[in-house]
Parts: sequence; C-alpha cells; structure tokens
Amino acid sequence: MPHLTDRTWLWMAAACYGAGFVLGTIGVLRERRHSPGLMYAIIGIGYLLQTIGLYVRGRAVGGCPLGNAFELFQFTGWSATTLYLVVGATFRLSLLGYFTSMLAASVSLVALAIPAWDATRRSHIFGGNAWIEFHAALALFSYGVFGLLALTSIMYLLRNYSLKNKRLSGIFSFLPPIVDLDQINVRLLATGVLLLAASLGVGSVYWLQATETVNLTKILMTVGVWIAFCVALVQRWRGALAPKRLAWTCVVLFGAALLSLPFVDASRHPVPDDIARVSRS
Amino acid sequence: MSNTPVLFVVGATHHTTPLELREKLALPAESLPAVHRDMLTLPGLRELAVLNTCNRVEFYGVAESATAVNGLERAFCERQSIPAETFERIRMFATGDAAVRHLVSVASGLDSQMLGENEIFGQIKSAYADAQTAGATGPILNRVFQKGFQAAKYVRTHTAVSTGHVSIANVAVDLALTIFGSLERARVLLLGAGEIGEKTARAFQSRGARHLTVSSRTQSRAMELASALDAGALPFEHVEHHVAEFDIVVCATAAPHTVVSAAAVAAAMKKRPSQPLFLIDLALPRDVEPTAADREGVFLYNLDDLAKIAEENRAAREAEVDKARAIVVERAGAVWRQISTRFAS
Repeated sequence: MPHLTDRTWLWMAAACYGAGFVLGTIGVLRERRHSPGLMYAIIGIGYLLQTIGLYVRGRAVGGCPLGNAFELFQFTGWSATTLYLVVGATFRLSLLGYFTSMLAASVSLVALAIPAWDATRRSHIFGGNAWIEFHAALALFSYGVFGLLALTSIMYLLRNYSLKNKRLSGIFSFLPPIVDLDQINVRLLATGVLLLAASLGVGSVYWLQATETVNLTKILMTVGVWIAFCVALVQRWRGALAPKRLAWTCVVLFGAALLSLPFVDASRHPVPDDIARVSRS
Repeated sequence: MSNTPVLFVVGATHHTTPLELREKLALPAESLPAVHRDMLTLPGLRELAVLNTCNRVEFYGVAESATAVNGLERAFCERQSIPAETFERIRMFATGDAAVRHLVSVASGLDSQMLGENEIFGQIKSAYADAQTAGATGPILNRVFQKGFQAAKYVRTHTAVSTGHVSIANVAVDLALTIFGSLERARVLLLGAGEIGEKTARAFQSRGARHLTVSSRTQSRAMELASALDAGALPFEHVEHHVAEFDIVVCATAAPHTVVSAAAVAAAMKKRPSQPLFLIDLALPRDVEPTAADREGVFLYNLDDLAKIAEENRAAREAEVDKARAIVVERAGAVWRQISTRFAS
C-alpha cells in the first residue's frame, strides 16, 4: 500500500464518488441508461478508498475514527455507501447508485473542505472501552441507514410527482415503481430505528454507571432523533402516516440528524485539556 | 442463364396489399408443412422458409435461377386461387444483400405496421423453426436466418426503436407496472364489458395480472366476459362501495354520467391510506370524476393522457428509425458478405 495520508485516501474516495455522480448526471441528461455494474464498480472503488482512509486514520488514533465532525461525516457517508452496496444489489434500484454517489461525494467533500472540522480531535474519547466504541460506531451506522433512507425517500417523492403530473420521461423513466420504494423506505426505517435503539441501549448501560460523563445536549439530540424516527415508523405501521408524508418526514429528519452531528460532537465532552493535533501520517 | 444460386425473398406485405387481398393470400397455419413440401418439389428450388402473418406472406429461399422463383410465384397463385397479374402488381421481390436487408428490417420491426413491435421477431423465429422441421432449410438459409436474428437483436438493443408501448392498453399496463412493480398481486377491476375494456383486461393478464373482476351495467355481459377472462364478477350497483378492495380500476363503460365519484374514491382511500389506487378512465364521457385525482395516493389517467404517452413513445421510436436503418444496412451487409463467400464456394 503506498504511503499516503488518510486525507489523501479520502480525497481519492470523494473523487470516485464525484465521478459516479457526474457519470450518472450525464446518463440522466442524455436519457441513456449506463450499466448498473459500472456505477456499482465506481462506488465500490470509492468505498474501498474511503475504507482505507478511515482505516489509516483509525490506526493513527488507535480506535474507531469518530473524534471530530470531519470523522463523523466521513463515517456516516461510509455507512450509507455500505448499505447501498448491500441494498442496491438486493433491490436493483435504478438511480439509487446515482443518488448514493451524490450523497457520498457531498458529505465527503463538505467534510474535507472545512479544515476546522479536522483541525483538532478528542483523543481517548472511548476511554479504551470497546463497548462505548461499538455504541458510537453503531449510532453512526444507523445515521448512514437514515442517509440511504433519505435518498430512497427523495426517489419516492420524485416518482410520486412524476405519476401525479404525468411526467414519465427523462430522469423519471429511471425511477423504480412507487410501491417498491415505499416498501424499501419502511424496511430501511425499521433497520435504522433498530440499530440506533441498540446503540442507545449499549450507551445507556454506561451512562447509568456514570451520568456525569455524558453531556445532556448529546443525549437529548440522539434520543430525540431516535424518538422522531421511531414515531414515524409506528405511525406508518398504524396507517396514520401516508407514504408521501413518511418520505418527507424521513428527508427532513435525516437533514436534522446530520445538522445535529457537529453539536453532538462538540457536546460529547467538556473541552478537554488533551485536545491533540490529529496525526496526519 | 447463370448457374449461381440466388438468395431471394418474394411475397406481399401490408405496404402494397390491402386487407381484403391479404386475407386471400394468407396461408392457414396447418397447411404450412404441405406448402414447404410441395414448393420444394418445384424445379430449381433448393431451400425455402415461409413467413405468414396477418401483415405479410413472404417466401425466403435459395433457387438455382430466377426462373425457379417465377415457378414458385405461379404455384403460390394457383394454390391461393388469385390471378398471377394481381400478385405481380403487389409483389415485393429482392435478391442477394437486399433480401438479407429485408429480413433484418422485418425482424427488427422496422417494416411493421406498428413500428418496432416485438411480435414479428417471434413470428419469424417460428417460421424458421417450421421450415427446419419440414426439412426445407439448408446451409444458406440457416446462416441467413441465424445471422439475421443476431442483427435484429442488435438493432433492438442499440436503438430505442422498440422501447415504450404505443397502444393505449399497453401504455396503461406500463403505468400500472410503474406504480406496483408487479401485477401478480394487484387486484384489477374492469368496469364495462366492451371491446376497449376487454382489450385492456387482456393486456393486464398477459403481463401477469391474476386477480381480475368484471362489472358492467349489463350483468349478463359482465358474466359472459368474466367467464371468458376467467375473472370474477361484481354487480354494477355495488361498485362504488368496493373500490377500496382494488388496486387498479379500469373504467370503460358507455355510461352517460360519472360512474366513480370523487367521494367514493376518498372513502376508499380512507380504508387503504398506505396503498396507491390507479384509476384508468378510458371512457367518453369520462367515468371517473376528475377531482378524484386530488386525493393523495390516487393516480388518475384518462384517454387523452394515455394517448399522449403512446404518441410520445411512437415519436421516440420514429426518431430512431434512421439510426436503426443504418445499423440494418451495416449488419445485413456483413451477413451478406459471409453468405457470398459460401455461394462462391
């Protein structure tokens, strides 16, 4: 493996996702379907590069790289891509690759483009406890699921618009059936809620042992996100939330969850004395 | 007279032959083995395949000379009891590379009445299989047909000449698939037992719909059609109360008033808030109250909407014709060059 810094790997991954997005945009504008395998391969290569970047960062910091907003965003994008590589193949959702490349590229590039997010990081945030590390990783992974859910929700809204307004050509011709999209939304929502519940469950065990170690803002925000998604799921199951409203809810909630990440990161610990410059090597 | 064998196609198509004459030219399916057998006894005829559809009767063959082709024409006219001069007036004839080009054009759907239609490809495959079964094909026709099929597939996959449906019934089914993905579990209600409704119902069945219910103002007609379609029947006066039980409602009655009201649709959607309802209104005057479409989860398409989509599909196909024809010329030319080598040897 060439001796490249973690950020270089992550830049290359972002470039790969960006290439997928550009390729998808050209395909949509020309109304030509690219081979799904090609998009899958491009995202797969980007995923591999991002995994290496996060691994290099993880080796440097001695744990899961979740120590600042930059790492949280990268990990969330990585989680969404992981899900796409599994879900995309299972459901054969045309256009999901395009949207995934767009999400992964934008999340990655935003994180890379804001140096302040990666200027410092908190070290030893998990106190050497693997369970807390697992709790954090699981929480971020659930955010990745919600990210993919936001994408399929956007696809649902586009499909609904196209059917209602009788506009079926162009980008709309690439969209999957609306019933399939709704089913996928419900499954992803249930998966995200379960993963976040498991994460919160693990975290709560340690929080009860030492309540002063976790900032109230972080608890309110993460539990708030979980409750909001949970309510949406229950309402959908009860038939009280129509598929279109569910889709809007999921898009808005993911936006809110993403925006809450820097605040969650800032509130995880009081500003410590041991803020360390991130190792770039 | 040259002794070089001639690859030819001779026949009559919808381009020059009116329907009443095509009816006289059509060969009964059960007569095809005998046609192959009898024609191959004609002097100078080596190989033969007969393509016999509602739009064309064509004989593809290999003959020792042009005279043998004349003999084939005479025999065909005698068999069908039509004057030779009538056939002479409408006949299509091509040899060599033009014959290959014609085969590829026909198999690609470029020569069809409905541009780009897929059915013709299957019909040519059947014609070729029949000829093989009758022992009427040889090395030249085998190669022409096999390579011709490959060329036609290439045309269909590399151009949009076959994409999108151009009939109202199939456009409606396409839309249903865009909503439900699969029609296997979709419950379809057909209102009206006329020709349009029946065609649409059959289109749904041919694309996987299994649960069909028919309702008509004339109960006996509904029962009759339900029996023909292997479907259930619903009394017409109960329709509005049962809308919620269906995913797709095809409306094609001749009723002078609204059959499905917006209130009935609203009530149905209260019972099925998470499931979409697809209303296809093929009737004139319209059967479904237009404001029914305002309800979330309801997708209403009327005759004009479907005709517009069909027209867009047709235009998209026509826009690809030049590209498709260029591919036909290129691919057929390549096939012909291979065949010529065989002729030479």
